[in-house]
Amino acid sequence: MSRTEDVLADAGPTTTTRPGREASPAGTLAVERARPRFSVRGLDVGFTRAGTHRRVVSGLSFDLFPGQCVAIVGESGSGKSVTARTLVGLTGAGSTVTAERLQFEGRDVAEFSEREWRRVRGAGIGFVLQDALVSLDPLRPVGAEIDEALRLHGWGSRRSRARKVVDLLTSVGVPSPQLRAGQRSGELSGGLRQRALIASALALDPDVVIADEPTTALDVTVQAQVLDLLAQTKDRGVSILLISHDLSVVARLADLVLVMRGGEVVERGTAQQVLTDPQHEYTKALIAAVPGEHTKGTRLVPPAAGADVAPVPAPRRHEPAPEPLLEARGLVKRFATAGGLRRTAVDGVSFTLHRGRTVGIVGESGSGKSTTARLALALTTPDEGDVTLLGEAWSTVPETRRRARRSSIAVVQQDPLSSFDPRWDVERILLDSLPAGHTGRTARGARVRELLEQVGLGEEVLPRSPLRLSGGQRQRVAIARALGSEPSILVLDEAVSALDVSVQAQVLDLLADLQERLGLSYLFISHDLGVIHHVSDEVLVMKDGRVVERGTADDVFRRPQEAYTQELVGSLPRLADARPTTAGTSTTGETR
Amino acid sequence: MTTTTSAPALPRTRTRAARPWGLYVALLLTAWFAVSALWPGLLAPGDPLELHLDSALAAPGPHHLLGTDEAGRDLYSRIVHGTAPALAIGFGASLVSLALALVLGGLAALAARPVASVVDRVVEVLFSFPSLLLALLLVALLGQSALTEAVAVGVGTAPGYARMIRGQILATKSSPYVEAAVTLGHSRTRILRQHVLPNAVRPLVAVFALSVGQSIVWASSLSFLGLGVAPPSSEWGALLDAGRLYLTHAWWLTIVPGLVIVVLALTATTLGKHLQASLERNDR
Repeated sequence: MSRTEDVLADAGPTTTTRPGREASPAGTLAVERARPRFSVRGLDVGFTRAGTHRRVVSGLSFDLFPGQCVAIVGESGSGKSVTARTLVGLTGAGSTVTAERLQFEGRDVAEFSEREWRRVRGAGIGFVLQDALVSLDPLRPVGAEIDEALRLHGWGSRRSRARKVVDLLTSVGVPSPQLRAGQRSGELSGGLRQRALIASALALDPDVVIADEPTTALDVTVQAQVLDLLAQTKDRGVSILLISHDLSVVARLADLVLVMRGGEVVERGTAQQVLTDPQHEYTKALIAAVPGEHTKGTRLVPPAAGADVAPVPAPRRHEPAPEPLLEARGLVKRFATAGGLRRTAVDGVSFTLHRGRTVGIVGESGSGKSTTARLALALTTPDEGDVTLLGEAWSTVPETRRRARRSSIAVVQQDPLSSFDPRWDVERILLDSLPAGHTGRTARGARVRELLEQVGLGEEVLPRSPLRLSGGQRQRVAIARALGSEPSILVLDEAVSALDVSVQAQVLDLLADLQERLGLSYLFISHDLGVIHHVSDEVLVMKDGRVVERGTADDVFRRPQEAYTQELVGSLPRLADARPTTAGTSTTGETR
Repeated sequence: MTTTTSAPALPRTRTRAARPWGLYVALLLTAWFAVSALWPGLLAPGDPLELHLDSALAAPGPHHLLGTDEAGRDLYSRIVHGTAPALAIGFGASLVSLALALVLGGLAALAARPVASVVDRVVEVLFSFPSLLLALLLVALLGQSALTEAVAVGVGTAPGYARMIRGQILATKSSPYVEAAVTLGHSRTRILRQHVLPNAVRPLVAVFALSVGQSIVWASSLSFLGLGVAPPSSEWGALLDAGRLYLTHAWWLTIVPGLVIVVLALTATTLGKHLQASLERNDR
């Protein structure tokens, strides 16, 4: 088929090649210190479904040398995960893989029989997947899981394997490995699970580790530990192919970075080059879209050239301190746990949300931030303390008396899809959000179109099911629904966490615009320090149900006082962490 | 764009999932059963009750496709004409079963605590009875008729569905979209009517198809025990029961109706499963 017919061709990016690194054929390289473990040239991967062929990876080339880390960065649909699976022969049903060269340890991958593949996977190539909870068998102890990898490859006796399992868990920094080996994945925390998974990937001393979003599901402090672990592995001479959507994660580890979009590599270079001096427009936009300290008060997505919208620099900042809308005083919430014990999920949390301002609550999983959001929304009532809304009692009155006042506080949840009734289309969802006062068919229809316009969607989405919308569109519909009752407060519970970084940037810009235009107040809950720093006026850092630190965003993130906040901020991977170019890495970096 | 002319070095193509032949067969059979139930004369013009004592217990052959019974009645005609009562009992029982389950499951999930826990216990007690025993009990109490048979089977199978509906309602009640509706200030009854009930009941469409097949098997068991529709009805369970006496020298009188019951149950199950799968596909 011709490439112009390709559905992905409309992305139309061109590979940005730096001067002096014009696609040099691999054979003519001046320096070739070692044979690459993976050598890929012109890799194309396509899927045929329901009669149509869709190319998801086009013309991918790279070499992975011993002790090197190649990172593939891209958003959903960029083809990065498909690439990872193709390298281990698991592309999937209906796929077509073609390449000028696709070699592992100098052998053509096409020659591998299924039996050979099974030996290579595990022994030659370790695979670490995103979510250890689903990658590990929930009914088996993690020790048995690692033991299986050893056993299938005929490694040692039963007893020596048991020792090896403990050694492996020790080597990935699992405390009390003997005990942990006997526990099931559900009994381990996210960080320990991910380490156990890495341990099983490393069990047979593979030369190559392919890590597909290895830290995406993890809290920042745990993420930092896992990245350190991967860095140590690399220093031992293991080659790592790292797949991630997160540029700052890649910065720590990668020697060579490939930025993929729509199945094509749009930019390649050393981590430092790509992250600090990006050449391609897409990479630039991607890096600019990462929220954080430097983006505070600015738009993340520059308005398109020729757009008639005036750029809105530094929105917000209403002086002087306006009226308080939502006040929480000494909130305590306890839950009964399985053992008959009571766990205190929220312990003495207080905050005040003023008109037009944003209070950000940041914390790791289990810190009580989502319970705090539910308390603010009066979806659950506090055991101690109280919430007042617009100066009146809110948490202490019965639901029947709250109902009429609910129009002033609305929520945007993390996963928009599950927050919509699966039977409804967008129009029904939005009509349903209008308060009872809106009567008359035409008036209601006009209001729905107005809501859509406010969130930057067109009328064409009205008859569609949210299933047929993109992640960003869905979250926009969720925001439109929240705006339906003309609230003065929005509670945003991880509202941008599930979105791709460029979509997240658009939604954050939209939220900033709406705040400016409608004078909204936000209670913004997120685990993402960068997002919280970007959006918040005041920040609460939560840990184990308590507020450990509070203050203005700049104070908390630039001058953290508490040890925990310092650890959080210190764990945050930054683009500036990009590995400095040493002689060795630059050489390998240039080998396409 | 990097335009490299890539030699197809490693074509690795796998074919798509096979066509759902099972579904096609089930649809064909459904059509056949539907015609038999609605217009049996079209498929079997003969009178199913016409006696031919001279050709009694004739083996399946060119004259009588599926053989004849002890009174010379044509088995094929009887089976075709027996479809309507069999299906009526199957559908009736399923309706009774799901209606009862909806009430019990709904109360268990939504009523105030004392009522809900009483209903929970009642369902558990019903559950602990074998369904057939429960059905037998009802037939003994209510007397023998097609209606009782449907009611008995319906009540016997209701507890399982009640538990399912209860779980479904509870899951829907705690879903993010119901939470979103609460934050919109909607009343409890509006949320129940708009979200909880429709979403809890939706999966039952598929369950209903599964239930029809199951009910027909249960009803046939009752008939076989002589507690269902009385002879000379051609209801399939009754045919089984009547043929039982001649099992040693006229096998077709039990084997053929038995097979037809199995085929109908399989057809209903296949349809139900495909319906369920397509509903789930639409959900996610």
